[in-house]
Amino acid sequence: MRRRSWPSVVHVLTGLPVALLGVAVILPALGVAVVSARPVRAVVAGRTAAQRRRFAALLDVEIAEVTAVRRQTGYHLLALPLGALGFAAVAGTASYGLALLVTARPVGAVAVVVAVGAAHALARLDAVLARRLLGPTAAEALDARLAELARTRAQTIAAADAERRRIERDLHDGTQQRLVALAMTLGAARTALADGPGRDAVESAHQEAKAVLAELRGFVRGLHPAVLDDRGLDAALSGLVAGLPQPVELHVEVGGRCPQAIEAIAYFVVSEALTNVTRHARASRVAVTVVRRDGRLRLTVDDDGVGGATGRPGGGLEGLAQRVASVDGTFRIGSPPGGPTRVEAELPCGS
Amino acid sequence: MRIVIAEDSVLLRAGLVKLLGGAGIEVVAEVGDDAGLLRAVERHRPDLALIDVRMPPTHTDEGVRAALELKARRPEVAVLLLSQYVEERYAADLLAGHTGGLGYLLKDRVADVDEFVEAIRRVAAGGTALDPEVVAQLLVRRRTSPLRQLTPRETDVLATMAEGRSNSAIAAALGIGGHAVEKHVNNIFAKLGLVPADTDHRRVLAVLQYLERR
Repeated sequence: MRRRSWPSVVHVLTGLPVALLGVAVILPALGVAVVSARPVRAVVAGRTAAQRRRFAALLDVEIAEVTAVRRQTGYHLLALPLGALGFAAVAGTASYGLALLVTARPVGAVAVVVAVGAAHALARLDAVLARRLLGPTAAEALDARLAELARTRAQTIAAADAERRRIERDLHDGTQQRLVALAMTLGAARTALADGPGRDAVESAHQEAKAVLAELRGFVRGLHPAVLDDRGLDAALSGLVAGLPQPVELHVEVGGRCPQAIEAIAYFVVSEALTNVTRHARASRVAVTVVRRDGRLRLTVDDDGVGGATGRPGGGLEGLAQRVASVDGTFRIGSPPGGPTRVEAELPCGS
Repeated sequence: MRIVIAEDSVLLRAGLVKLLGGAGIEVVAEVGDDAGLLRAVERHRPDLALIDVRMPPTHTDEGVRAALELKARRPEVAVLLLSQYVEERYAADLLAGHTGGLGYLLKDRVADVDEFVEAIRRVAAGGTALDPEVVAQLLVRRRTSPLRQLTPRETDVLATMAEGRSNSAIAAALGIGGHAVEKHVNNIFAKLGLVPADTDHRRVLAVLQYLERR
């Protein structure tokens, strides 16, 4: 609250008419509250908004927006006696002082200073009251903060996801096409050249270009498989599983689509778990199950390998656990030494 | 031979036109999206349409959808799809209705000019050209039961055959003799319980139907 005199005085003096207006509209609404609560809610919301603007403009007091009809009605009704008291005290004292000053008695200045001081005190009291009654309680403020954090976290995840898509798209439309064109030119050159060192050099450049293309292809699909957006989890996981060196039993029962961010996390959980299986597990049987039930997407990756898989700090599974947690999902690894290993995740996916 | 190219990368399109021109294949139209492709096919009635899977407007699977529509409307026009990745699901969609005059290859394959031109000619003639990666994906997903009875060499032969190659091409690709290929092919058909087929295309069909059934 700024320490400025005039706004406080204005605040206290306008408090009475504003409160009067408030009571005048709220009382009839309260009268029909037995029939419908809607008019009360609407009127209280309107008056509260007006008061919030007034406090912000005159006293620089920001009151967070919240819906609490009872409490706020209490303030608007209480504002009338308070406003009347304030008006009487400030206006009375000030006009008495001014009258003394006009009749050339300097002692009137004291009364004016007292009036301004009283306005300050009353405005501050009003602000405390308004914060308590019009604004959120501590619990409500915490709830609002939590909701805000959840919202911004979801935005951050969506942004990271969109960024991966953008990079995938850029590489696909740019680098990959140019590399294909380059490899094609080298292929044509190789065909056109007669045997000799020149042809050998072009031949090796051609092979190298093809190897780079294959490497880039693996990298880009790992970044974000485009088929995931086109056809969903089932299709993307089919492609993933088909590209692995060992057979995987895949069972997907999703029925419809989950939000893009959720599908992406689900895909990468399975992808990372399968990478671990093929690298370390020495498993003979691997099964992936993805089922949606009651608005939750459940993923399990089972293998009968050597076990002992844990989320190393900074490792792929650890990173995935964080991504899963970021959307309020759960992530578990059960992998006793000697196996079997089960990686489980549950993600929200609106039903 | 007259073909239509649908590819949104101008650079690649220009390269393809040059490459195919050198091989005596006439590119009668070049377009950059699926709608343009369907119009161009109606107008020029080409022998084959060479189609990129990802095209405007959504850059997802326009090419696959356009290919399916084209096959439904004009079954006599052969279709060869090119893509940066081969996806099992797209292959399954494409192969569900038709295998004749159909190809699905990784874009990388255009770098091997002779083989690529050969694949175009094979598809235009009503044959099949499946990328080894497509075949590998189909085989991996169905790597159960009778396929396990195949020797590694027979598996190689089966994979190459499923790409749409003839016996002599399989022999060349694997560096073995023509008689050996014939022997392997007979063994494969026997082990999988397939009816022996006379033409390359019908052999591919038999293999694909077998893979689809698994």
